[in-house]
Amino acid sequence: MAARIHPLLGAFAILVFLFLLAPLVIIVGASLSDTTYLTFPPQGLTLRWFTNIFEISAFRNTAITSFQVAILGTGLSLLIGIPAAYALNRYRVGLPKWLGTLFILPILVPEIVFGFSLLKSVTIGMGLPIYPSLIIGHALLVLPYSVRVVGASLASFDFSVEEAAISLGCPPWKTFLTVVLPNIRAGVIAAFILAFITSINDVSISVFLTGPGISTLPIQILAHMEQFFDPTIASVSVLLMLVTVGVMAIVEATLGLTFLTK
Amino acid sequence: MTVSLTIEKLSAHYGQTQVLKDLSISVAAGELVSLLGSSGCGKTTTLRIVAGFLQPTSGHVKLGDRDLTTLPAHARDIGLVFQNYALFPHLTVQDNVAFGLKQRGVSSADRAKRATAMLERVGLANLADRLPGALSGGQKQRVALARALVIEPPLLMFDEPLSNLDAKLRVDMRVEIRQLQKANGTTSLYVTHDQEEAFSISDRVAIMNAGRIMQLDTPEVLYQKPANAFVARFVGFENLIPMKTVARDGAIVTAEAAGGAKLHLSQDVFGPIADDFVLATRPDGLVVRSQGEGIPTTLGTRTYLGRAYQYKCETAAGEITANGALSELFEPGASAVLVPVPEQCCILSPEN
Repeated sequence: MAARIHPLLGAFAILVFLFLLAPLVIIVGASLSDTTYLTFPPQGLTLRWFTNIFEISAFRNTAITSFQVAILGTGLSLLIGIPAAYALNRYRVGLPKWLGTLFILPILVPEIVFGFSLLKSVTIGMGLPIYPSLIIGHALLVLPYSVRVVGASLASFDFSVEEAAISLGCPPWKTFLTVVLPNIRAGVIAAFILAFITSINDVSISVFLTGPGISTLPIQILAHMEQFFDPTIASVSVLLMLVTVGVMAIVEATLGLTFLTK
Repeated sequence: MTVSLTIEKLSAHYGQTQVLKDLSISVAAGELVSLLGSSGCGKTTTLRIVAGFLQPTSGHVKLGDRDLTTLPAHARDIGLVFQNYALFPHLTVQDNVAFGLKQRGVSSADRAKRATAMLERVGLANLADRLPGALSGGQKQRVALARALVIEPPLLMFDEPLSNLDAKLRVDMRVEIRQLQKANGTTSLYVTHDQEEAFSISDRVAIMNAGRIMQLDTPEVLYQKPANAFVARFVGFENLIPMKTVARDGAIVTAEAAGGAKLHLSQDVFGPIADDFVLATRPDGLVVRSQGEGIPTTLGTRTYLGRAYQYKCETAAGEITANGALSELFEPGASAVLVPVPEQCCILSPEN
């Protein structure tokens, strides 16, 4: 028996969905428009703005940089985040409560402030080149996801299983790799995906850390828009959206999206 | 290979709190000794130190003539059975059991053979391909037992292994654990808070309190001849009556309880009796009679136990619980005498 829904509530729900989806529909529409300026509804239909992306080398190069930075930054954040999450859960009793909060600071601090402080400390302070600065910046940006999502997995892990392995003759480091890691696999994958998507869509950190010759795709989109207000922007956005949706679809198919929401 | 376990003068601290105080135990080769006590008495701490998960502040742990004290946990070669089973959730039953053999570099064919043989011994060969999540509590604990036994460890340790099982299964499993332990002749240390479990499974039991062993003996001796007031209370001696010796005549001591009741006690039965001592009994060690040599009382609440009546008794020496024969019924408020049954009484030193 279906629950009765008040017509007003139903209408409200539809409005919310429209509000969430309308911008996406507009972007997709605009990207197909056969005009040299951004417009909606599209006038005429063409895919030339999509082919145009690949003809502009700046989009190609920044897309490659974005993917590299997202993969390496996320990887680095997991290298730090998994051990951190492990320690926070394993030694919960002896550790101060604020220590866990420390790892979500990059989410709490306004991104613009965070980006600026990275510029001051990493690029200027340490004098690092742009590319490694970007990777470090993105690693820090997504570290909260690594720590929290892996931590959620570890929270339901019974650490006496680890002790059982050690008692059976397995050294601690090998126990971590062969017993702990396989049991938090889902959390690690979910953390990777969340972090990856956050990194590839980031503007505010990248805008401070990119520089001459090296940029990320979202920054390039902004730069392009300042000069040309053509539908290329919309088609790049659609591609970026498709990458995100594609990644989510893979998660849904392999693990189920509940991993990201629980 | 059977070896003895020696724990020498073990002390341990959690921060400033001392949780083990100069604890020493020897477990003979092939023997099963239980550590029995309420939570916080230090029994699990002792086990975790022997396993290598905790470091003692001082003291030594020796297995045979091998000193384990500074050896890392994974090099100690001890079979452990946990309260919550601690099976590897991502491995099949078969791989769980074979895990320890794999760490020892046993070839995969040999591993499979030995794991299967061990699973047959615990009656789970047909579940070898299942994941632990698909097993019942009793089956999980059998797998855990097989996993610990298959490596043929010189020492087996159990940390409250039956606490998560229901009552009937607990009894079956403890018989099974004891049979396997005896058949293998594995030296074993067994931690539990359940007195019946400890007494039924062990060669000897160490009753612990506040980081110390109060008495280490066979279950029979603990049950009948507790060495001190703590152990006496622990094994059910509800009545602890302080007495003073007032006269001695050969082996016979005349002693007086508070209120002036006099008892004649024979040192042939009780051994040497000091000037100040405590007479300890269970409720059936004192018989409610209408007359005789004993402690005068006014009877309170009466409870029917099936084999006897039990009375709450007001005496000058405090409240006492005593049993009376079914053939002689007393009403609440009646005056009576509590007559000790010497074989069921103990003489203890006074508590400080």
